[in-house]
Amino acid sequence: MSMINLIINNQAIEVEPDTTILEAAAKLGIKIPTLCYLPELRKFGACRICVVEDARGTLVPACYTPVKEGMVLKTASPKTIKTRKTILELLLASHNGNCLICDRNGRCTLQTMAYEMDVREIRFKGAIRDFPMDASGAVIRDPNKCILCGNCVRMCHEVQTVGTIDFTDRGFTASVATAFDKPIIESNCIFCGQCVLVCPVAALVETSEIEAVKTAIASDKHVVVQVAPAVRVSLGEEFGLEPGTLVTGKIVAALRRLGFDKIFDTQFTADLTIMEEGAELLHRIKDGGALPMFTSCSPAWIKFCEQFYPELLPNVSTCKSPQEMFGAIAKTYYAEKSGIDPKDIFVVSIMPCTAKKYEKNRPEMKNEVDAVLTTRELAKMIKQAGIEFKTLPDEDFDSPLGQSTGAGTIFGVTGGMMEATLRTVYAIVTEKELEGDALELTAVRGLEGIREATIPLGDLNLKVAVTTGLGNARVLLDKIKAGEADYHLVEIMPCSGGCINGGGQPYTNDPALKEKRAAGLYESDRSLPLRKSHLNPAVQKAYQEYFGKPNSHKAHEILHTHYHQKPRH
Amino acid sequence: MGKLRSIEELELLRNKINASIDHSQLCVYICGGTGCKACGADAAKDALQAMFKAKGIKDIKIKMTGCHGFCEKGALMIIEPYDIYYCHVQPEDMEEIVEKTIKKGEPIERLLYHDPVSGKIFVHSKDNPFYVKQKRIVLSNCGHVDAESIEDYLVKDGFVALAKMLGGMTSEQVVAEVTASGLRGRGGAGFPTGIKFAEGRKAKGDGTGKKYMVCNGDEGDPGAFMDRSIMEGDPYKLIEGMLIGAFAVGSDEGYIYVRAEYPLAIQRLKIAMAQCEELALLGENILGTNFSFKLKIKEGAGAFVCGESTALTSSIEGGRGMPRIRPPQTAQKGLWGKPTVLNNVETFASLPAIIENGSAWYAAMGTEKSKGTKTFAVAGKVRRIGLVEIPMGLTVRELIFDIGGGVPDGKEFKAVQMGGPSGGCLTRDHLDLPIDFDSLTQAGSIMGSGGAVVVDEETCMVDFARFFLDFTQRESCGKCIPCREGTKRMLEILERICIGEGKDGDIELLEELSNMIISSSLCGLGKTAPNPVLSTINHFRDEYEAHIHHKKCPAKACPPLLTFGIDPSKCKGCTKCVKRACPVKAITGEIRKPHKLDMKLCVQCGACFDICPFDAVTKE
Repeated sequence: MSMINLIINNQAIEVEPDTTILEAAAKLGIKIPTLCYLPELRKFGACRICVVEDARGTLVPACYTPVKEGMVLKTASPKTIKTRKTILELLLASHNGNCLICDRNGRCTLQTMAYEMDVREIRFKGAIRDFPMDASGAVIRDPNKCILCGNCVRMCHEVQTVGTIDFTDRGFTASVATAFDKPIIESNCIFCGQCVLVCPVAALVETSEIEAVKTAIASDKHVVVQVAPAVRVSLGEEFGLEPGTLVTGKIVAALRRLGFDKIFDTQFTADLTIMEEGAELLHRIKDGGALPMFTSCSPAWIKFCEQFYPELLPNVSTCKSPQEMFGAIAKTYYAEKSGIDPKDIFVVSIMPCTAKKYEKNRPEMKNEVDAVLTTRELAKMIKQAGIEFKTLPDEDFDSPLGQSTGAGTIFGVTGGMMEATLRTVYAIVTEKELEGDALELTAVRGLEGIREATIPLGDLNLKVAVTTGLGNARVLLDKIKAGEADYHLVEIMPCSGGCINGGGQPYTNDPALKEKRAAGLYESDRSLPLRKSHLNPAVQKAYQEYFGKPNSHKAHEILHTHYHQKPRH
Repeated sequence: MGKLRSIEELELLRNKINASIDHSQLCVYICGGTGCKACGADAAKDALQAMFKAKGIKDIKIKMTGCHGFCEKGALMIIEPYDIYYCHVQPEDMEEIVEKTIKKGEPIERLLYHDPVSGKIFVHSKDNPFYVKQKRIVLSNCGHVDAESIEDYLVKDGFVALAKMLGGMTSEQVVAEVTASGLRGRGGAGFPTGIKFAEGRKAKGDGTGKKYMVCNGDEGDPGAFMDRSIMEGDPYKLIEGMLIGAFAVGSDEGYIYVRAEYPLAIQRLKIAMAQCEELALLGENILGTNFSFKLKIKEGAGAFVCGESTALTSSIEGGRGMPRIRPPQTAQKGLWGKPTVLNNVETFASLPAIIENGSAWYAAMGTEKSKGTKTFAVAGKVRRIGLVEIPMGLTVRELIFDIGGGVPDGKEFKAVQMGGPSGGCLTRDHLDLPIDFDSLTQAGSIMGSGGAVVVDEETCMVDFARFFLDFTQRESCGKCIPCREGTKRMLEILERICIGEGKDGDIELLEELSNMIISSSLCGLGKTAPNPVLSTINHFRDEYEAHIHHKKCPAKACPPLLTFGIDPSKCKGCTKCVKRACPVKAITGEIRKPHKLDMKLCVQCGACFDICPFDAVTKE
């Protein structure tokens, strides 16, 4: 097809057919503002902020209009600017304008855009949006702040294929709601929080547990904290560092200064998970258990499976997630070892995730974790305490639950858990260790939605698959259900890219965000002396002192659980 | 009747039915449209049937027809072959009708049409001024056939066009014929139907060859009911029109999208479709040819925005009626992602006559760029309210005064809102404007689907604009910001003006918002929603100014801007206003003595004005 020539702001440009005006302008370094456009979602055309003026003076939306030969466009003409300003003015007129006490204050797209477009007055005084708030679940919905850009709706439907929220009602009372406007905790929401990440305002935020954590620290409780792998490559963004910057030591230092009694690492239980899950896999293969086995690290995936694929629940590994294994072990093994009454231990998790807040309240979990903070909440606590994060020294985790390997680190990125499992399973089956380059199983790395690999383990050709994003998982699950796939092990991470892009991670507009955070975790893996879970001495010691061996009776009692079918709505 | 396997079998069937009919036999047609049913048409029919039984009359048929159009006179009855036309028939009239009209052919004067304009009484519908200037093509059968009888439709040359088409026309020829007829979409935008069919015919889609034909029977305009009347009165014509369209574009499956608030239309369509399927006029191998067409009904929830093609297709798919971005156009990627040709009911119903009589016949009617006929729902302050079909090019005056009979009660004609809430108003200055797509658009109005709401001097044009905007802002799907938020703010400004809280600059702000909403909204709903406001500002700016600057409503229609009083010379002291009207006890007085109104307490609700039987309450 021949190229298309057009002129944008007096600059000529040649682009491929089917390029949108927005994309063509970007090539010229011209930014056209948008509220409802996100490259990973279907084009929606709702906000009209991106209108540009053509040669006839007609306003054309840039985000979805394809370029045409000979187009002459102005992206910042007086008419376009005036239209954008009026649209913003209209949004602000009905908006709950509590900006100063809003969770998104300073990080709100609407606020920033109103500033950049120089909106200085609101000429319309009338009705403002008036809906009840829903704070029943790990994700809070505030329809009064909603601007109906539909990012959350499309994320929930198109990418995650969950469909918890959708538009309802008409006219000025149109809103985004759950089915029958039920509280979100009664809905089919899996609390992945991907909607929170794409919300340009604070219509969707996580439930804050900062106060609960501060109260615990101020009490006589022995407060231990665990840090998930993905947090260490993203927290720095909240303090002006590049995405992917590894700040593990500074996080430990900050947590110590915040007053936590022990600073531990979720990577310890990630290693423990590998031991338990690897043994479970081999057991299933040997004894004809349900295959493929699905990983069980993500509570969002678990709820998804309970609701939409209950018939595949027997295939889900019985291992608790690393967060819950940590809570369980902190209140048993660690309590015993350190002579503290488990009732006096308060377990806090720092997670890149909103679903972990839901998981800790599940009845199966017996209150093992007491509070979950997202990466964003931790950043806020650090700022509130006046800690200069960037100048903190690097400090080490406490023993014994602070020791981990590179295998535990890469849990935070899609394919990482699979790679960690394979490193250990290989050693168990072949009684040989993967070394050097062979250790890096690039076949399961990457950001594509579905990846497959066959790994020779002696006589066994282990067939594995990795998915990220639940829409992709659905494709794979349907194939498995139809008997069209015969994997042994499938890793399922609901958030695109894995935990590095979890719903609790910092709001960052970097288009290469996932790549950068993933690179940070792989770099961390490479820099660690130990890179295989089974070589973690603290894990080995826990088995010697407490659990016996992987999948032992005691291990099952403390580290495993079972899940049950849930209604779809 | 079995399946018709060829065109010849269709004609044999038609001949057989024709042969069985004695055209000299008396037949009573009772209008069975929704309007007449609401006026008691069913009870009238039952009473007549009972009367026939009691009197031993067996050979006279009673037929429930579709809409005659003159809905304000319902229930309507026509007795053929006399063409005696009765208005407001009630069950208790039946004995007299049987004894005088049916047995003796005598008309009953009190049931005939008494024209309020000329004072004349009309026996026959053909002389009735409501019908004289009409040209009924789309509505030709409405009121003259049993709407649930395919035999009746066949007698009226039903499916002749289909037979002609399948008997020797190619799809190119059909498209060419429709193009040459000059037919433009009757749903509002007036896009040439032939061009739409040609695009649909060419559309490649995903290579499967699957294409959909969709009929928009949603009819969201308040006050418009032509599509409903066609579906209720002549469902077969719509089906035949869809068959012609489907053949032209190469579609084998179609949907009729009807709002669920049209239960009678849905019921009659279902009956008609079942009969067509039985005769193989729908389904596989129609009339033995290799043309197949499956038709389904989809009931909508009644949303104005579902008149938008992409919202309509989304609704058929089971989604929310919310327009999507274009491209891709519906013609390329519409229903279920397949090429889809969408037209409204009236457009489809225009097709059989075009194919049957040829494009030249059709193009001979109307103006240069607007051919054929157009239906209008004439409502509001006119003396003859109803559904009419006129040739394009008739003037606004002819529509409102000659057909509609002008404004009642000696009041002045003020304006007519054409095209429903998306349209604009025309004033006295436009009375000689020919009714065609381009003239109406040039005058700041639109053809729309054919709503024509007439208002007189007592209507406040600010309030009038507020009324329409209130509708569109409620019906906005809420997707795009200019429409959702902008129309709400415009409505609030209009509401303020109407209660005397208008401010300097409000008119300019309304104009600014209107232009912004028109230029930046996603779909047709938003792009036209401000039209009633712009056109009333354009033609009646002085009324806006009087509200804003002088806190006066020149039409005396906005109660908060009025000062009420009691004229002691007219007040008879009946105490109605004291006891039954005034909600705030602002009026005091005893029986048979003039009452007093305390202005300090009055809340300008106007209840006393409405209730006073002696016109003693004044408003200024």
